[in-house]
Amino acid sequence: MEKRVVFRSAWLPYALLAPQIAVTIVFFFWPAAQAFWYSFQIQDAFGINKEFVGLRNFADLIHDSNYLASFQTTAIFSLLVAGSGIAISLALAAMADRVLRGALAYKTLLIWPYAVAPAVAGVLWAFLFAPSIGIVTYVIKKAGYNWDWVLQGDQAMLLVVMAATWKQISYNFLFFLAGLQSIPRSLVEAAAIDGAGPARRFWTIVFPLLSPTTFFLLVVNIVYAFFDTFGVIDSTTQGGPAGATQILVYKVYYDGVKAGDLGGSSAQSVILMLIVIALTVAQFRFIERKVQY
Amino acid sequence: MVENRPWLTVVSHAVLIAGIAVIAFPLYVTFVASTLTLDQILQVPMPLVPGDRLWENYSKALTAGASGAAAAPVGRMMLNSLVMAVAIALGKIAISLIASFAIVYFRFPLRNFFFWMIFVTLMLPVEVRIIPTYKVVSDLGMLNSYVGLTLPLIASATATFLFRQFFLTIPEELAEASRIDGAGPMRFFFDVVLPLSKTSMAALFVIQFIYGWNQYLWPLLVTTDESMYTVVIGIKRMILGGDALTEWNVVMATAMLALLPPAAVVVLMQKWFVKGLVETEK
Repeated sequence: MEKRVVFRSAWLPYALLAPQIAVTIVFFFWPAAQAFWYSFQIQDAFGINKEFVGLRNFADLIHDSNYLASFQTTAIFSLLVAGSGIAISLALAAMADRVLRGALAYKTLLIWPYAVAPAVAGVLWAFLFAPSIGIVTYVIKKAGYNWDWVLQGDQAMLLVVMAATWKQISYNFLFFLAGLQSIPRSLVEAAAIDGAGPARRFWTIVFPLLSPTTFFLLVVNIVYAFFDTFGVIDSTTQGGPAGATQILVYKVYYDGVKAGDLGGSSAQSVILMLIVIALTVAQFRFIERKVQY
Repeated sequence: MVENRPWLTVVSHAVLIAGIAVIAFPLYVTFVASTLTLDQILQVPMPLVPGDRLWENYSKALTAGASGAAAAPVGRMMLNSLVMAVAIALGKIAISLIASFAIVYFRFPLRNFFFWMIFVTLMLPVEVRIIPTYKVVSDLGMLNSYVGLTLPLIASATATFLFRQFFLTIPEELAEASRIDGAGPMRFFFDVVLPLSKTSMAALFVIQFIYGWNQYLWPLLVTTDESMYTVVIGIKRMILGGDALTEWNVVMATAMLALLPPAAVVVLMQKWFVKGLVETEK
């Protein structure tokens, strides 16, 4: 789609674009290019000598069992966050779509976690589940289970998944609710007249019609789990115990900032960029399909 | 409502209320903890009814911060967060508005190239270019400054898209009429486009304010000076190793202070928030 009526000026459009393009070049393209460049170098601990080593940083990563473990951790983490977030929000949205009374109040009470910073969400959940003073820990211990996410890897994972999912439920809920409300009532009514009960109607009519929304949310949630959950991890487990919650983004940060391994961290950055590009392409192909649909 | 099934309606309400209760529970416990003394929190289990230390804890957080190595008043941090959130929101809106105006209302060489350049930034989140971006900002002498906190984050592909989509729906007749009346492009921009864009700008402001307020990784890197911490960073720095060493009552008061402003924005500007959320994802 293009405008028929346009203005003419030799310099004005460039002047209008200049601020955006300047910020883009200085803070996006230049650093990205540098990350690319560093990824082919090895730097000594003092940052004085740099040596060009070709693809060695990448080769090292492929053979680094920690890095491969981090990949696996990220995959598990993002699938758990996306899966549970989508399931819970869909259930809540389906209920909210049914009720007439109090719908707005429910919506208001469900959307506020979106506003909580991931790092703050981490602090809230870590406090609830704190090994010695947490109120939920108290209940779990009363029930006879041992709970200490500071030492147990799978419990640490559970904690960060809960905190990350909690924050994302609002977002999923709003999109599911909008999706549910755009489904033509006549289809659901026709099925009801044919004798289909509520559960049958949901699985054979509503759920398939929601599939574009579900797919979209799947991609968005995976992107969220990959990148935006850095704050959750850093304010709770910091990747521990023993790397059990060290997702890829956290490892880039840890290796680059804390451990000072510029080349290795940059190589990881380049790999992450490729992952984001793949996810973005997936998202946009979906949008194109939605237009036809 | 397709048919009347009273039981199902009851179940729906029950599920929603249970969901809301579970979702609100962490917030409630945080609030209760922020009204207790440290001793009350450390006795297991902590009480689940609010105590009487609300005023003491909050005023201590605001003016002094938690005692310990990294004590800094949260009042100052909230100001930093506010400056950062507002500057990022307004900055994104301003530069994206004029950029998309140029892309929609002008034909010029390299137009598509610039458009794609902005588009590609979607694929380069801060998290994947941490160290080089930090180096650029450090070389420019922007560490520990508001400019360093905000400027690198104000480029926005989503805002540019949003405005572009919106401008494309403005009727051609308006531009035509302005041209016949002899108005130049900037006159048209200020008198027609800007007033029409108000609701889109409001929706975007809500989303970007929350985005700016909740930034974590970037302020963590560029602020080393306590007077430049944002409140989200401040909380993290207050938590010391070990449950017993941390002054949880003050930390929880700070957590409430960190989440109330963006939560208030979402709840009070709900209509714009939902509009912004849905439109930025189009």
